[in-house]
Amino acid sequence: MKRDGTNTTRREFLLAAGSISAGIALESATTVTAAAEPASAATVMHAAIRKIVGAARVNPGKVTLELPPLIENGNSVPLAVRVDSPMTQADHVKAIHVFSEKNPLPNVVSFFLGPRAGRASAATRVRLADTQTVVAICELSDGSFWSGSASVVVTISACLEAL
Amino acid sequence: MSRALINLPATARRGEIIEIKALAAHPMETGFRRTQLGVLIPRDILTRFVCTYNGAEIFRAEFHPAIAANPYLAFPTLATESGTIACTWTGDNGYSHTESAAITVA
Repeated sequence: MKRDGTNTTRREFLLAAGSISAGIALESATTVTAAAEPASAATVMHAAIRKIVGAARVNPGKVTLELPPLIENGNSVPLAVRVDSPMTQADHVKAIHVFSEKNPLPNVVSFFLGPRAGRASAATRVRLADTQTVVAICELSDGSFWSGSASVVVTISACLEAL
Repeated sequence: MSRALINLPATARRGEIIEIKALAAHPMETGFRRTQLGVLIPRDILTRFVCTYNGAEIFRAEFHPAIAANPYLAFPTLATESGTIACTWTGDNGYSHTESAAITVA
């Protein structure tokens, strides 16, 4: 049988096919492990924070996040956040964002306020999936970002129970 | 169908900081839970809360599934003038509910 460059023998074909499928298998194996263990929960949270603050620097301080140190039921955790700010037209808090380290989604809540608030604070109740650190980041009217955090021990996790 | 409550002082002095508390009755289904048969329950949450004071927005919040069922909010505002404080919740599946209360500022 006369062979030119375009025709391949059965042996060549099988070899090529084998190497391609091996490559695909390897590729999918790596992506599966990446999906199964999302590169540490903290990285996910930091990515979510970056989405909000952009390239700006986040300074520690000014923000006080109040959470009970130990909570029995993660389905309803009282959360209060306060920012040290005079809340005047020139210097006020524009927004407060709360992030969770170990919840299925890193964003928890965002508050948008202004000088008419009189005092920079807000309270709500949140769900927490696990013992973790919760971070609050505030944006001031001058464009700077400040952060505060609180650790909470959760005995019964939210989000994961079946009905 | 939808129920919500807001609580604020009926009267206040001008310039006083008052606290507004808002509570909506809503399951806040996260979209992460499954039934016993393993079927994912679709997300059904409130996503947005806006509070206006005589039509001007004074406070806004964005909710994510991490907010507990029956979302509760408490936030301060300056009592500037007599009028109406209205709170609106909007969410998945076309949810929208407005609750308002009157305030007299002396």
